[in-house]
Amino acid sequence: MVNSRPKVEDLHLVNLTKNFGDFKAVDNLTLTIPAGSFFALLGPSGCGKTTTLRMVAGLEQPTSGQIKLGNDDITDLPPYRRWVNTVFQSYALFPHLTIYENVAFGLRRQKASNIDDQVKRMLELVELTSLAQRKPQQLSGGQQQRVAVARALINEPDVLLLDEPLGALDLKLRRQMQLELKRIQTEVGITFVHVTHDQEEAMTMADTVAVMNEGRIEQMGSPVQIYEHPRTVFVANFLGQSNLFEGTVAGVEKDEIAVKLADSIIYVPTSSTEIRSGRIVVGVRPEKVKIVDQGKTGLPKNQINGSIKNTAFVGVSTQYEVETNWGLEISAFEQNVDPTDLGRPGQAVTIAWEPRHSFVLDPDEDLTAGLDPTWTE
Amino acid sequence: MSDVQNLSLIKSIKNRKSRTPYLLLIPGIGWLFFFFLFPLSTLLATSLQKPAGASPDDGFLPAFKVSNYSLALVEYYPQFIRAFTYSAIATIVCLLLAYPIAYYMAFRARKYRNLMLVLIVAPFFASFLLRTNAWKTILSGDGFVVTFLNSINLLPQGRILNTSIAVIAGLVYNFLPFMILPLYTSLEKIDSRLIEAAGDLYSPPSQSFWKVVWPLSLPGVVSGTLLTFIPASGDYINAELLGSINNKMIGNVIQSQFIDLRDYPTASALSFTFMAVILVMIYLYIRRAGTENLV
Repeated sequence: MVNSRPKVEDLHLVNLTKNFGDFKAVDNLTLTIPAGSFFALLGPSGCGKTTTLRMVAGLEQPTSGQIKLGNDDITDLPPYRRWVNTVFQSYALFPHLTIYENVAFGLRRQKASNIDDQVKRMLELVELTSLAQRKPQQLSGGQQQRVAVARALINEPDVLLLDEPLGALDLKLRRQMQLELKRIQTEVGITFVHVTHDQEEAMTMADTVAVMNEGRIEQMGSPVQIYEHPRTVFVANFLGQSNLFEGTVAGVEKDEIAVKLADSIIYVPTSSTEIRSGRIVVGVRPEKVKIVDQGKTGLPKNQINGSIKNTAFVGVSTQYEVETNWGLEISAFEQNVDPTDLGRPGQAVTIAWEPRHSFVLDPDEDLTAGLDPTWTE
Repeated sequence: MSDVQNLSLIKSIKNRKSRTPYLLLIPGIGWLFFFFLFPLSTLLATSLQKPAGASPDDGFLPAFKVSNYSLALVEYYPQFIRAFTYSAIATIVCLLLAYPIAYYMAFRARKYRNLMLVLIVAPFFASFLLRTNAWKTILSGDGFVVTFLNSINLLPQGRILNTSIAVIAGLVYNFLPFMILPLYTSLEKIDSRLIEAAGDLYSPPSQSFWKVVWPLSLPGVVSGTLLTFIPASGDYINAELLGSINNKMIGNVIQSQFIDLRDYPTASALSFTFMAVILVMIYLYIRRAGTENLV
């Protein structure tokens, strides 16, 4: 410990707002990030996640609202007086200093004692001891990223902010670093706030994911929770993929609601929604959907007929695009247990899934919200 | 075409390619030879000549008169020292004035940046002599600067023109752009996120400056100070126009030896000594600054 500070505190954002001219980057955000958690702020670019992070770091002044660490209001503190450190998107390593001096930078500014021991221990943690005397530009992207983490972590901040820290790395390295970061976080027990637009990255690492859109939080919860039960169209589309069906409630039978689509009836558990009549949107994830030849029996209860439009073999799974009889495109991911049995375009099939795998959304929302614009074309 | 023919063709292309850079160097090397190396060796030869008669009009004979150097140094070392003192002070003043301007342009000016660059370069459109002469008017005894300073009792000597202050001020004025531009270039390259990172790592603004911005701007500081110091120490226009007989720099001596007294060997010896001293100083300075380790 650099100096004896009280243990790590919860981070509270209270009615936090940031305007850039007329643009509301962050809109009345209220959020508590529990001490010691790995928290991900997930959203598309321009959703306000980086602005939020920069306000916590003190690099951006909120238009209104408060930032508190435990009971301390840190809203107006300059960055160098906050127990918060940042791993910058482009690492922002000091090019004129060695790796050792980069890592020691924060401690030196605080005039800490025992700097040498702490730096060596930190370099060991990120496995860079042998490169201590190199300059940043002599290191690979992944190594630079680890230096950036070490340089921030050595100060033992209350909160470590990570601004798209893995964005510049290639896919394989990114996977490896995700696990690495998770390991480090577990080891040091500091609160990590991780900003990313990569939903897979957010789900892999975080205990809690907050999906942000247009300056507001759409939904917050554990990765499983928000993936399995998205509450808005934006979340359903942005976090993974979803098949969405617009229909009307045809009736309630015991614990299931029957929903009438163009040429079939599907069911959703009553527990998943308050809606009991009128318009309704039902969603299902592509990997929950089974795809079989028409006429088979013993299938899950929800069934829709259609024909295969496209087949893409991607290794672990095969991705199908199925067109329903009324022209809606549905995607389905089938595990490649027996990859010789691929469907062919034009083949008539039934897609089927269990009612409990469905989720229900507000029918008044735009069903393309959260879709990558390049997909919808 | 057979393989052998093919191979020899490739070889000849390769040979031609490897010669190309040297061929391209010929004009430059030729230029340097005729306009630098040749005059320089002439200068060296002249610096060792001995007079043919009692008057400079008798001309000089080739010789190896090393005493030209020692005699010149003994007689003119005060002007040497003055030249280096004036230009050192001017360089430091330039650095102090230029750094904030360059910093502002690099990090704050945004849309005014280009305007500022134009304003800094604009004086070059008027001749060096003309601009220095203009300062003569500005600093003259009945000019507004002196009148104003006298009125608030800030000018004990009662004048500025024909003092060392005027000469140094002239040097500062004339060489300031040579300090600003390299400083600006190196400051502008600094990623402003590094300053944010320093703040994030517990550096108050002053520490962010001294630990991050200053070291990263050192290449600009070194080239700016060299670009100011070297021409300023060889300058004679400012001392000639703005200084008195007591403010002569080594440039003035060399000029009058060449043009007025036509003592070519002494003038050449002084020029050569001046060059040697400058080279040694630059070498020591760059080694001390250690900029080769910087980005």
